[in-house]
Amino acid sequence: MAERIATIASRVGLHARPAAIFAEAAAEQPVEVTIALEGEPIEEALDATSILSLMGLGAEHGTRVVLRAEGEGAEQALETLAAVLETDHDAQ
Amino acid sequence: MSRQQSQIVHGVGVSAGRVIGPVRRMPAPLAAPPEGAPLPEGSSVEEETARLAEATGQVAQRLKERAALATGDARAVLKATALMAADKTLLKSASALVASGTCAESAIWEAADAVATQLSALGGYMAERATDVLDVRARIVAELRGEPAPGIPDERQPFVLLAEDLAPADTATLDPSRVLALVTAEGGPQSHTAIIARSLGLPAVVAARDSQRLAEGQEVFVDGVSGQVIPDPGQAQRQLSEAYARREPLPAFDGAGRLGDGTAVALLANVGSGSDARSAAAAGAEGVGLLRTEFCFLGRDSEPEHAEQVAAYQAVFQAFEGRKVVVRTLDAGADKPLPFLTDAAEPNPALGVRGYRTDASVPGVLARQLAAIAEASRSSTAQVWVMAPMVSTAREAADFAALAAQAGLDTSGVMVEVPSAALLAAPILQRCDFVSIGTNDLTQYTMAADRQLGALAALNDPWQPAVLHLVQATAQGARSSGGKPVGVCGEAAADPALAVVLVGLGVASLSMNQRALPAVAQVLRGVDSHTARRLAQLALHAASAAEARQLVRAELPDLQRFGL
Repeated sequence: MAERIATIASRVGLHARPAAIFAEAAAEQPVEVTIALEGEPIEEALDATSILSLMGLGAEHGTRVVLRAEGEGAEQALETLAAVLETDHDAQ
Repeated sequence: MSRQQSQIVHGVGVSAGRVIGPVRRMPAPLAAPPEGAPLPEGSSVEEETARLAEATGQVAQRLKERAALATGDARAVLKATALMAADKTLLKSASALVASGTCAESAIWEAADAVATQLSALGGYMAERATDVLDVRARIVAELRGEPAPGIPDERQPFVLLAEDLAPADTATLDPSRVLALVTAEGGPQSHTAIIARSLGLPAVVAARDSQRLAEGQEVFVDGVSGQVIPDPGQAQRQLSEAYARREPLPAFDGAGRLGDGTAVALLANVGSGSDARSAAAAGAEGVGLLRTEFCFLGRDSEPEHAEQVAAYQAVFQAFEGRKVVVRTLDAGADKPLPFLTDAAEPNPALGVRGYRTDASVPGVLARQLAAIAEASRSSTAQVWVMAPMVSTAREAADFAALAAQAGLDTSGVMVEVPSAALLAAPILQRCDFVSIGTNDLTQYTMAADRQLGALAALNDPWQPAVLHLVQATAQGARSSGGKPVGVCGEAAADPALAVVLVGLGVASLSMNQRALPAVAQVLRGVDSHTARRLAQLALHAASAAEARQLVRAELPDLQRFGL
């Protein structure tokens, strides 16, 4: 299983708009990706394409999250998605 | 006049502007399906699951189409809402309920409720997003029932939209050529209504609890600055809305309040939290003239811990490093009861044990608060001043100053809210360092008119000449005590015309909601000291508050020019 830790860059955290951008990007990946707060058990990881799960994480600016995926293209998918999280979507 | 004033609906102005139009109400929210209602007669789990998936897909599709037509913020909001409608996790948990024998309507209702509760528990911004989830849920249930989606009334004639609260899917497709203003009974400065209204440049008033009594089609005047909604507007309101329609844009506040002749008038902000303080600093406020510390205390059964208080005050001081922050100590009682401090059984709480007076009935809370303020101030370069609310004698001022000094706070003052404090400004200022006039309570006590009573709204007006005489007496008292500072931190300071009068009466600093800063700064810039004093004299000698306002406003052309 591939794993990648990312730090939330959006200033007000993973709220509606950045969560929407991320969920859409996750849905475009060839593999299923999960997301969890760093340190949470793997069983509690959530579907990364679910905007409601993403918002429910309560991830704030600077929060570290773990992305996980399995199968072909997993590494690349996680890189792409980590880059989305590490962009400040609140910057104008 | 008094009849009209008694019907004024008061809320919080969150987006500036003054308009007149007929009220159109959002349709009543969807009726909740019964909890755990069973599958429809003759329907299988598979059919019901398919029906649910179909409905969520339809709603998501329609929201997506609307997103494609929208632009900017509205588009982003609608896109997010469409994703919520199609959310796999939400559909999965609702489908699990259907599998256990619940009908689609009740299943999606319950599943979305769990999500909304979770978001609410996160607090702050996420809690405000809970409304979005509930909005999506209502759309899905309407779709399942074959009812029209809840939404903005379809009217040709431009109208004032009145609602309980507005969700993004409602506000996102707002057509500013048809909607003149937004008025909501719920919501706050960070709710969607406020955000969208500001981005569209629509005047908006939120938290207008009494707005539900406005009738469908009734003409109203909406003031997005003062937060007032006035039914059946008269000539005065028509002039204001016409002036607004012809306004010039207000320049941003440059952070240095002054009159046209260069006389400095510090323009400060009233804040109630660290985030308030940050937005006030961004708006150019020269400092904080009133930090309401109740935010640490309200809604609690016991006194907050020292460390918690220190952190809360620090958050405010950090936004104003090097500048003045006037901290008002706990002002509990009357409309702000606290179980560990005030007696709820008082027959007349406005005249009861409130503000500084609670220190005599429950000693210790104030001393501990002062200790927390002092500790917070040590880790900041902000100039921290403390002041006590509801002081009525020079003895109380002296006692408070001693308590503050014991805590290590070297600048202490008192609020002038009780007429006795205005009359005794000189002896009070022999015992402390400054005074700040709280015009809201000073007006209520001077005019013997309950602030909460709509029927007395005309008396409860800071333009009342008697109130202005007490402001003058306070300023004279300060002059005779060697020119110690006198500020105003009530609503009066946010009224640009009244601000001129206050300065003319001898007030040196004005503290207000940060949204009022550009208007007040601009109007002050248009007068010199001599004019301010002359207008103050006009107001002092007027026969009524209305006359005072009218006489002064007529001499301030900037009010018309900027639609204020």
